[in-house]
Amino acid sequence: MSSSEGLTSARLARRRRGRWAERLIETILFLAALASVFTTLGIVYVLVSESVAFFRHVPVWDFLTDTQWTPLFDDAHFGIVVLLSGTLTSSFVALAIAIPLGTTIAIYLSEFAPFKLREVAKPFLELLGGIPTIVYGYFALLFVTPLLQRVYPELPGFNLLSAGLVMGIMIIPYVSSISEDAMRAVPMSLREGSYAMGATRFQTATKVVVPAALSGLASAYILGISRAVGETMILAVAAGMQPNLTFNPLEPAATITAFIVQVALGDLPHGSIGYQTIFAAGLTLFLLTLAFNVLGHVLRRRFREAY
Amino acid sequence: MKQDEVRQIRELIARHKRRDFGFGLVGLACLLIGVLTFTALFVDMAIKGVPRLDWDFFTSFPSRRAGQAGILSAWVGSTLVMLVTAAVAVPLGVAAGVYLEEYARKNWVTDVIEINITNLAGVPSIVYGLLALGLFVYAFGLGQSILAAGLTLALLILPVVIVATREAIRSIPQSIREGAYALGATQWQTVKDHILPYAAPGILTGVIIGMARAIGETAPVITIGALTFIAFLPPSPLEGNPVRVAVLAVHRDADPDVQLDLAA
Repeated sequence: MSSSEGLTSARLARRRRGRWAERLIETILFLAALASVFTTLGIVYVLVSESVAFFRHVPVWDFLTDTQWTPLFDDAHFGIVVLLSGTLTSSFVALAIAIPLGTTIAIYLSEFAPFKLREVAKPFLELLGGIPTIVYGYFALLFVTPLLQRVYPELPGFNLLSAGLVMGIMIIPYVSSISEDAMRAVPMSLREGSYAMGATRFQTATKVVVPAALSGLASAYILGISRAVGETMILAVAAGMQPNLTFNPLEPAATITAFIVQVALGDLPHGSIGYQTIFAAGLTLFLLTLAFNVLGHVLRRRFREAY
Repeated sequence: MKQDEVRQIRELIARHKRRDFGFGLVGLACLLIGVLTFTALFVDMAIKGVPRLDWDFFTSFPSRRAGQAGILSAWVGSTLVMLVTAAVAVPLGVAAGVYLEEYARKNWVTDVIEINITNLAGVPSIVYGLLALGLFVYAFGLGQSILAAGLTLALLILPVVIVATREAIRSIPQSIREGAYALGATQWQTVKDHILPYAAPGILTGVIIGMARAIGETAPVITIGALTFIAFLPPSPLEGNPVRVAVLAVHRDADPDVQLDLAA
């Protein structure tokens, strides 16, 4: 009797200890999950606090409307439009490549390609997206630009065109894999219905599958845009670092990201206006990509819940 | 009359079939553009890089003279940074993934964490560099050290590790958990003895993908100020003294990239 009682209480004590340990472990895991929230808070805090210091020197209105970007000269001008023009132009070139190619590849892989080809092609495309972007940058500068110069000899050594083209190739995997997922999510019965009406694969793809997967495709494009806007090393290496208010892809121009790299490569004293400038530029970039990302995820969630 | 209609229909079908076939070719061509680019990139680098790839290249320091330049300090720096990254990102990422899949209740806190992770995955890497510059280098006083670079890259690949962990855990059948609970295991015992071993291959894949990305990532490390011409090995990297790491000797021709690519 007494021995069994002792056994029970010992077991109870162990269980109580166990329960306490369980709570502790859960708390530790929860804190680990919270780390990501702290990362975001850290990013926002750093960007905003330095930007506030920046905007104390430079009025917001000047920042948005000035057409010169010369933050490191004596006669300093801070017109983000200049950097934005480089970013938008290069992104536009990249998307002009990535969206048609990525969509076609996605349609082909999802609706046309034989199973074996798909099994080979998908990892290969992912490989294309996994190459370090600095490698792409040198590829654009040392291979694509000379190639383009053969066709168009006046092209300067640094230009937005070759950087944008290579960036487009880099983004293809992102666009194609999300688009393909979206098309795969379209139920088979819709395709079968279309085939039963005598449609070809091409007709089924363009008239049934693509419209059904449209919000997924849109999300793929938007995430591609956000990728292009935030891309750094390709542009820093191949598009030059000269701020230039232009929408002509044949000219060299600095982007927001290239500017940050340029400043960071030099040694700027902590707290100087030049140091704060990169945070203001970073904040612009962060807000831009955040807007695109949120939009993309909203659309993506919608296509996931559609069926 | 009837034959005419039949002929028209046949023509229509033939036209659509041609279009169908045509699109197949276009699709294949688009795929080939990707393949060709990759081949061109690889061959271009190999032609320019391989003649310079010898033992000395890996064992000598960067030099002003291109002929003698090596990447010793670069790869030593990269390796140390990767060690820090792995040591931080793997435990943190796996723990977060386990929490979200196994423990998290459905409430707004969980929602906030999840939205956060998807957003973090889309933040440009240069912004992480700015975070590191403002927070690690100046606010925490880590200086331009291997530790700061490693922590930055760890935060950068955290979403990758978390997502991979969650997907690996999600594919484990519920019956495994039920079996463990039926034998009286606690939740943590179930996770530790059943969930994690089963999910290990998937988690490992995610970790490798994340590390490959971290090795190739240049922008955030540049903002910390690590890309400097140095010709010595870091004496004591983890003490946070202002030791500079040449993570990538990008000033040379494409050679370091070849090595990177082979590694990745």
